[in-house]
Parts: sequence; C-alpha cells; structure tokens
Amino acid sequence: MDIEMEMVPLAHYLFLSATLFVIGVVGVLVRRNAIVVFMSIEIMLNAVNISLIAFDRYLSLHDGQIFSFMVMCVAAAEVSVGLAIIIALFRNKPTINLDEFNIMKS
Amino acid sequence: MLESYLGAGIMMLMAIGIAGGMVVMTSMLGPKREFADKMEPFECGESPIVSPHQRFSVKFYLVAVLFVLFDIEAVFFFPWAILFKQLGMFGFIEMLLFILILGVGLLYVWKRGGLDWE
Amino acid sequence: MEPITAPAIDLVSLAPVLVLSVFGIMVLVTDLFIGKDKSVLVFISLTGLLMGAISSLAKYNLPVHSFNGAYIVDHLSVFFTFIFCISSALAILVSVDFNKREGIKVGEYYSLILFCTVGMVLLASATDMIMIFLGIEIVSISLYVLAGIRRNDPKSNEAALKYFLLGAFATGFLLYGMTLLYGSTGSTKLVMIASAIRNGGVASEPLLLMGVVLLIIGLGFKVAAVPFHMWAPDVYQGAPTPVTAFMAVGPKAASLAAFYRIFSEAIPQLSPSWEILLCVVSVITMFVGNLGAIMQTNIKRLLAFSSVAHVGYLIIAIIAKNSLSSSALMFYMLTYAFMIFGTFGIVILLGRKGDENLEIENYSGLAYKHPVLALSMTIFLLSLGGLPPLAGFVAKFFVFSAALKEGFLILVIIAVLNSAVSLYYYLKVIVFMYMKDPVKEFDITLSPMTLFVIAISIFGTIQLGIFPDSIIALAQAN
Repeated sequence: MDIEMEMVPLAHYLFLSATLFVIGVVGVLVRRNAIVVFMSIEIMLNAVNISLIAFDRYLSLHDGQIFSFMVMCVAAAEVSVGLAIIIALFRNKPTINLDEFNIMKS
Repeated sequence: MLESYLGAGIMMLMAIGIAGGMVVMTSMLGPKREFADKMEPFECGESPIVSPHQRFSVKFYLVAVLFVLFDIEAVFFFPWAILFKQLGMFGFIEMLLFILILGVGLLYVWKRGGLDWE
Repeated sequence: MEPITAPAIDLVSLAPVLVLSVFGIMVLVTDLFIGKDKSVLVFISLTGLLMGAISSLAKYNLPVHSFNGAYIVDHLSVFFTFIFCISSALAILVSVDFNKREGIKVGEYYSLILFCTVGMVLLASATDMIMIFLGIEIVSISLYVLAGIRRNDPKSNEAALKYFLLGAFATGFLLYGMTLLYGSTGSTKLVMIASAIRNGGVASEPLLLMGVVLLIIGLGFKVAAVPFHMWAPDVYQGAPTPVTAFMAVGPKAASLAAFYRIFSEAIPQLSPSWEILLCVVSVITMFVGNLGAIMQTNIKRLLAFSSVAHVGYLIIAIIAKNSLSSSALMFYMLTYAFMIFGTFGIVILLGRKGDENLEIENYSGLAYKHPVLALSMTIFLLSLGGLPPLAGFVAKFFVFSAALKEGFLILVIIAVLNSAVSLYYYLKVIVFMYMKDPVKEFDITLSPMTLFVIAISIFGTIQLGIFPDSIIALAQAN
C-alpha cells in the first residue's frame, strides 16, 4: 500500500476529529441557545464519525464504516426528537434560552 | 456489445416515462385555477422577494424532520446497492423487510396527519 | 465476484427483541384505527411483554452466541429480559389510571414503552459495541419522548429538554470512547477487544485508556452516576410519575448490564487502571446521592437522589466483576424494580388531577387515614434503606459480599455507612406519615390497577426478602 505513504497520516485525522469534538463539547458547555447546543452535539457525533472512518481506512478494518452509518442514523433520529421537544417547549414559553428553564429547584 | 447497455436503456426509459408521465398526468388531471400568486416564478407559498429576517411558519419543521428521517435511511441502501449481486436473494429480502418497516412508519405519519398542511 | 454468504443469523435467539418490536409496531398501528379509549393498547402491550418474556426462554444450553458474536443469550441476558418485561408491565399497569386522571391520551405512550424495552433487551444481550450503542440509543430516544409526553406541561417539557440535551451530550462521549477502543484494538466485539489486549495487539495504549475514561463518562451519564447525575433530579421531577418509575428501573438496569458486560468482558485486563476510577465514582455517587436526598422536600426528587445512591452501590458490583457480582446485579435490579414501582404507585395514588401532592409534608398523617397505604409505603422505604428482613437488605448484602470476596473492604464499609445514612431520609417520610397531623385532606381514589401494582410489589419485596433462595439460585445458575 504505497499510496498510503503519500496520504495524510492517521494522526492528522485523529487530531481533526479530537479538535471538532472539543469544539462541540465547549459549545455545549458555553452556549445558552438550545438550538446551538443541539448543533454542538451534532458536531461531536460527526467528529466521532471522522475518527471511525479514519481508523477503518488506515487499519484496513470494516466495522467502523457500519458503525458510522448507525451513528448517522441515530443522529437523525435524535435530531427529530430533539427538534420536536424544542418546538413543544417553545409553544409553552416563547424562548429557547436554556437559563430560563429552571422551574424545578431543590 | 449493445446488450450490455440494455439495463441502462431500461433505466433511462423508466426515468423518462416516470418524469414525463408526471408532467402529462398533472396537466391532464390536476385542477387549473390561475391567479396572480400562482403565476409567480416560485410557486411554493413564499413570496419571491422578502426580508431574510422574516420568520417562517413553524409547520415547516414537521416536514423537515420527516424529510431528514426518511432521507437518512437511504444511507443503508448504498452498501446494499453496491453489493446487490453478491448479496443475492438474502440481501433483497432483508431490504424488502427494511422498506416494509419504513412503510409502516410512513403509514403512521400519514394517518396521524403529519403530511397535512392544515 | 464471489457471492457473499449470509452471516449466521439465528432469529430464535433474537426472539424477545423481535416479539417486542412487532408488538410495539402493532400498538402504533392499532392506535391509528381506534378512538379515545386506549385500553385495547394496554392489553396488546401487556400481551407483548408476556410473550417477550416467554420467548426469551426459547434457547437452552446457554450461552448461545449468534450474529458472528454480536449477540449472546446467557443467564444474564435472560434474567434481565425478565426484569425488563416485568418492570415495563408494571409501568404500563401503573400508567393506566394515571393517564386517565391526567388526560394523557396518546397511544404512542405504550408503544414507546415497548420500543424502550426492545432497546433494554438489546443492551443486556449485546456483545458488540455497535449493538450496545444502538441499544442505548433506542432506550434513550424513547425515554426523551416519554419524559416530555405531557406536551402542555412546562415541567414535562423542561424535563424532556434537559434529559435530551444531556443524554445526547453523553452519547457523544460514549461514542468517542467506543471509537477509541475500536481504533486501538481493531474490533468492536467485546471478546476480540479482550483478546487484542491480552495478546498485545493494542495499537496505542494512551488511546485505549482515553477510550476507557470516555466510556466511563458516557455510561456514567446514562446510569446517573456522580458527577454526571445533574439531570436526574430535574428529569425525575418533571417527567410524568409512571415514566419516572419506569426510567428509574428498566433503562438503569439495562445500562448497568451493558456497563458490566463491557468492563468484565472487554477490558478486564485493564482493571488496574479503571478500578480506582470506578471506586472513586462509586464512593462519591453514594455520598452525593444520600446527602442530596436528605435535603429534598419533594418526594420525586428525594427518590431521584436515592436512585443515584443506589447506582453507587451497584457500581461496586461492577468493580468486583466476579461471578457473584453478576448475579448480585440481577437480584438487586429485580428487588429494586418492586421497591420502586411500589413506592411510585403510592406516590401516584396520593396525587389528584392538577395537584400531585409531591411534597413530603403532604404525607403527614397518612397512617391515620389510610393505614394500609402508609404501611406499604413504610415497607418499600425500609426495603430501599436496606433493613432486614426485606428484599433490599438481601440485595445489598449480596452486592457487598461480591465485593468482599475480591477484597474491597474499605469500599464496602463506606457503602454500609452510606446505607445507614440513607435510612435517615427514608425514615423522615415514615415519621411524617405516622407522627404528624395532616396538612390537608386526603382525597385518594383507590384505582384498582395501581393497587394491583402495589400489591405485587409488596409481595415481591417481602418474598425476595424472606425467601430469596429460589431467585438467587436462578441468578447464580451460570
């Protein structure tokens, strides 16, 4: 496999994936808009997909590709449920700022 | 030599048939009521020139969600399509089952009124 | 082009999953064609759960591996399948009157419970990380919807949103952990991961350890272990009460089963690295759960913190990872199901439409008005606290002895101390019931289904406490 010698090394993909994952995590922790938080979570999931595919390509494996299909599918299901929850919420209280959802306190 | 194009030919004929058939059928069967809004270049219920900050109907979300859900399922068709011959009857039946389950989902959405606009 | 031969597909071993899915879809479709009265759906789903439980016995000569080692039927999975079917059935029974009272008229409620059960069965039987991931997601997505099923109730909405955002966040960690494990060992199958680690086939040790830490974070979120428990009190409080009871038992048991499987089957070789981490998680989970519960005035939040504490005890079983600990896990979750459904059954009975009476002081004087209910509540709470001769005691004893066998003496001492602390807040509720004057009139409709659930739970709690031998023998059959 001499093509691989000329290719970008695996570590670069893993760094890209890790960076995107951290961007997602920071987004979830820092942002207060439910939709943006939601998007950050999607970034995390897709960062993982990059890792999966990179591992597959460089280590000549296959399971990761199946895994990434499943991840995409699950992410779509999560998107629809999440969006529906946010819409239901918005109908009762016209805001999506997470700090304003605090009716339950100890 | 030409036989190898048979499949592509059939595919092409079917594509033309379906696309053409739809155009012909709608123009023959569909109701025709012409009024100003309908004659606009983009006839999608939206005005062509609006401010980009305008909010649009939340009802779109349901369409979007359903689209994403059914669209992403297509991801499972790609590996199957590539290995269609090797997977043989087994793969075909599995895929039919998969589509059947999706069909139940569609039936559910339909009966529940998820596709109605009003 | 060689034709690809189909992998060894063994539908019989998949029977409970298939049965439950078919019944779930049946409920969904039936709902489209019936009117406001949903009792036929209750009937179908209960039948489905019964059939699911029976069909899990279709395989004997356990363990049976199928789907190229991605799925296993062994004692753990069969026993857990029974726990799931029982707990889902109890959840449905306890929901019937509650849903009528609160006007939850969606038929999807029942199919979601069935789909959630499918996910739980997958989780308990999966031996491949892809399957475990799918199981966790089937469970979680159903629960997000169930938590927010009261669309017009802001509390229910808020619970659903919090659960959803934190759950999806945790999924990201879990997934990344699984990916790193996969990348460093080259397989998603638990057995193959274990053999890669044993035979030195690990591509990168740091990646592997990083993956294990991320897995602990992801699974910790799903089972509500401290410091990943923040969602639990809010979600438990905001979700409809039967859903709260449901998610405190089945999904938790399923995640713990997967937790146990991953750590005991895939990475037991790494136990020197993760043991200490899990010990820390377990200890702070017990402390935060119990100390948090002491400060609560809302019964659902109190039970939420108490369930966090129980996860702390259960993680001890995972740390011990011997044959005793898997049976301890099974026995504990079975008794926990009875205790939780009993307690929540009474919480549901005490509520009225529009006023759920969830404050602990609303329980004042219950013993004078409804002595039997108060006595039942006392039994459940004492069992949760781990007093003999009730089931909770035997379950805890079982877990602790599994840990002692591996020499975790200090951990067990901390757990026993915590168990004593937990009695304080359970007794607090009992004191309110027996020693205080009522703050307001009780207006209790004794709905038959809920009473039935309470009766079953009392039977289970006492039976498993006094005569646990037969069930322990079943749990130890492996």
